[in-house]
Formats: sequence, structure tokens, C-alpha cells
Amino acid sequence: MEDFGSPALRRLLEAHPAAVLATHAQHGDATALVDAAQVVELMRWLRDALGFEMLIDLTAVDHLGRAPRFEVVYHLYSIAHNQRLRVKAGVPESPCQIDSVAELWSSANWMEREVFDLYGIRFRNHPDLRRILLYEEFEGHPLRKDYPKERRQPLVGPRN
Amino acid sequence: MAHVRSLDDDLEKDLHTEHQVLNMGPSHPATHGTVKFLIELDGETIIDLDIAVGYLHRGFEKECESGTWYQAIPYTDRLNYNSAILANIGYCLAVEKLLGLETPERCQWLRTLAGELARLADHLTRCGAACLELQAMTPFLYGIEARELTWDLMEMLCGARVTSNYVRIGGVKHDMAPSFPGVCRAHIAKIRPLLRDYEEVVTRNRLFVDRLRGTGMLSKEDCLRYAVTGPLLRAAGVPLDLRKDQPYLRYADVDFDVPIGEVGDNYDRYLVCVEEMQQSLRIVEQCLAHLERLGPGPVNVDDPRVRWPAKGRVFNAMEELIQQFKAVTEGPLVPAGEAYQAIESANGELGFYVVSDGSAVPCKVRCRPPSLLNLQPMPLMLRGALLADLIPTFDFINMIGGECDR
Repeated sequence: MEDFGSPALRRLLEAHPAAVLATHAQHGDATALVDAAQVVELMRWLRDALGFEMLIDLTAVDHLGRAPRFEVVYHLYSIAHNQRLRVKAGVPESPCQIDSVAELWSSANWMEREVFDLYGIRFRNHPDLRRILLYEEFEGHPLRKDYPKERRQPLVGPRN
Repeated sequence: MAHVRSLDDDLEKDLHTEHQVLNMGPSHPATHGTVKFLIELDGETIIDLDIAVGYLHRGFEKECESGTWYQAIPYTDRLNYNSAILANIGYCLAVEKLLGLETPERCQWLRTLAGELARLADHLTRCGAACLELQAMTPFLYGIEARELTWDLMEMLCGARVTSNYVRIGGVKHDMAPSFPGVCRAHIAKIRPLLRDYEEVVTRNRLFVDRLRGTGMLSKEDCLRYAVTGPLLRAAGVPLDLRKDQPYLRYADVDFDVPIGEVGDNYDRYLVCVEEMQQSLRIVEQCLAHLERLGPGPVNVDDPRVRWPAKGRVFNAMEELIQQFKAVTEGPLVPAGEAYQAIESANGELGFYVVSDGSAVPCKVRCRPPSLLNLQPMPLMLRGALLADLIPTFDFINMIGGECDR
């Protein structure tokens, strides 16, 4: 696999050749698609060995009709090296879960809650996996491509 | 007499009270932003804090996924409504990255100018409202007067004051009016004394300093762990500003300083914001000079994928008519791929992660909201602090509901 001139991708491929499934650098964004089973181990290595001290963004994409259906997308940033890296991991429709990285970066806590809320992807070992933007009684996960935009949900009264 | 308790004994006794849970929000007069805090209190001391966000969730991403790439731009206005143009710019830069477009120089200067005016308006709101919520009416009025002048400039530039909808994929809606630089300079000449008046009544005001200094502290390490960016991170002493570190638009060609704080308390955040307003004014002046130097020129990229043909051609030539028809009914086709573009918004890193499957409808438009990420460590800032410290801390986090909840 190619490193596209990105130092982070090169070191990742050298150290963990088996865990990286694909790479690309479309529009200059270095990207690695990694094995979802090893995501925590890889992320810990990226944080400690390569100095990616910030998990800037965490989100998911629903590729309905493709296998695996979901992709969890992490955007890492290293201030010291002024470098970015995108890491992606596939998540199947069932079991729709992946390991949480909240123990590595506290910023993952709310972003993983948001992905759980809107996509229904469960994060194993997450400290507090609750809905964040929607309310507890909401049914379904609206950012899934098969969730109809027109669907109405029952109104709930005040809880306390 | 040993059996009579002295008054001193009573006062010395540890007065343990039962913990009380206080529900603050979702709409509280001392907070700007719709958010609910569940605060566990021991007397007036905050033991723990749970934050419930999502009251302004409108399904921004779902809406973007059901229209064309163009139709998402007005929605980005409604993210951070204090600095709408910055969200416009972030989104359009991300889509342009997917399309591989390079916008004309004049357009980039106009975007830089408009973005800095938006940043100024945002900081004015933050600093003004912070004073208001700490019971100081006068500095708020100075701030709002300066913001009105900024919004007058916005109106002249874009036709709207708040939700500007100014930036287009591959350009801006229209060039500035020929009289704009003159009006802009005149307004800046009025904004500067207002900022000076504001700082004179606030910066060394004993009450204000006492409420801000040493409250809401967040260390550099915690900022990084929580991916806190913007003035909060700079107040903690990290000079990260994407305008300097990963320059976009024309920021590499303008002169400005990045102020940083020392300890990362609310007072440092205040000082950083106040200095950033001065720097924004500096950048605006340089943009005006560069725009005048450039002279008239195109403000939209000449690419048939995103640019509508000139009206005269549409009415008289078949090809242009077809092109216009396709552009309106179908929208531009964006090549398959993914791109992440981050800009320095008034609150920190505003990122847009866009994924296209090659069609005219976005597959995914993710907004990385600085408000949400900056709000997350708030319990860490406030554990052990007094309830009254919550107000200035929340003010300087500057959570904007529209952007936090999307």
C-alpha cells in the first residue's frame, strides 16, 4: 500500500501493515481504512507514538447497500507536527458495534454518543452511552439512509 | 462552665448540608443559549454537573442529505448565527475541495474580509453578553452598538444582517459595492473608540476581574484531551490558530498576531477575545487595501459545473439555456470522494466533512461544531466552584445552540 507522501501514513504502514486495509490521499487528506477489531490498539499507538494528541472529529457514514454498511470516521490532529490524519473503520449492520476510544481521548465521549444517537452504532466500553441530541423516547436513528425524513414521532411531555 | 457551648464552637462546626439538584435551563435569563444544566450542589458549591444539549436540534445533516449541494448553504447560516459567513465559507471550501476548484483572488479577499467582520460580530456578542449576564448593562450597550455597525457593513455587503447566505460554491453572491471600502473605513473608525470605551469600563473593573480571574480554569492538557479549540485553547497558552497554522483563503498574505493567555481562566479568555477583535479590524483594513489594489475582476470561478451562465446568453443560446435548466433543476454534480476542510471560526475549529457518491445530492455533510466540543469539559471547569462561576464560564465558552445542536 502507498503512503502518498504522508509521514503519518508511512509510519502507520511500517508499524502495523496487517491492520491497514486501504489508504488514499484524495484532495490531500491522508486516509487509512483500518481493521475495526484493532481500532483502540491502533489509536493508542497513533496517539502515543505519532503524537496525535487531539481527536478533532468523530462521525459515521451510512453506505446503504454496501458491506460493511457503516463507516466510523476519525479525524486526528497533531499540533506538534501540524498534521492531520483520517482513520476509518467499517461497521456491519449487525452486530452494529465498535470499540469506544473515549478512554484515549475524552473528546470522543459526546461525539460517540452523537453517532450512537443518530446512526445507532453502539460503542463498546463507552462510559455513558445515552442519546445526546434527541430524547430517550425517540424511535429509530434519523441519519440512517433508510429513515424517512417525513416520519413523525410522538411528542413527549416534560419529564420532571 | 463546661456544659454551655460557646458560640465559637457552633460556628466552627462543619455545616454539612444535603446535596441538592438544581435544574437550570433550558431557557434561563442568565445564559445565552438553549441548554439545560442539572447541577448537584452542596450549598453554593458545584459538586457535579450534567449538561443536556439538543434543544435546538433541527436535523441539519439530514436536511443537507435531501437537497442539492447548493441548497445546504442557507442551512449553514443557521449554525452559528452570530458569525454566519464563517459557516458559509467552511462549507463552500469543503465542497470546492471535492470539486478541485480554485476561486479567483478577488473572491478570496472578499471571503476573508466578510469572515473577519463575522468574527468581530461574534466576539462582540460574546464579550457584550458576558457583561450583561454579570449585571453590567453599559459595556453590553457599547458592544451591541459596535455590533450594529458591523452588521450594517454586512447588510451592505450581502443584503442581510444576520443570516447572510453570501458565499457560493466557487465564489460569492456578488462583488462589494464601489462605495463599500469608504463606508467600511468610516465604520471601523467608529468601532475602535467603542472598543476602547468598552475596555476602559471592563478590563480593570474590580468586580469584573474578581468574577473572572481564576474561574472556569481548564489546563492545556485537558484542552487537548477534550479537543477544545479557539479562544479557549489559546487562553490556555497553546498558540493554535488555523489561520496561521494551516492558512486558507488569503490569511497567509495578511499580517496579524495570535494572542495567547497564561493560565486558561475566564479572564484570559476575555483578554484573548478582546485582542482578537483588534486583530480582526487589522485584517479587514488589509483586505480593503488588497481589494482596491486588485481592482474589478471576477468573483466567481468560471467553471460550468458550478457557475450559472450569464443571463444574456441563457435567453439567446440553446446550450446555455440547457446548462441553466440543469443547474437549477438538478444542481451541480460533485465527483465521488470525501474531503475535510477546517477553518478557524470565532469559537474554534469549524470543520466540514463532506462525502459525495457522484450525484447531485450530498451523501454526507458533517459539521464539526466547536461549540459542542468546547462545552463538553464544562463540568471539569466547574467542579468545586461556586454556582455564580457558572455564568461567566458559560459566557466565555460561548456555546451557540444552533451550532452545538445542529
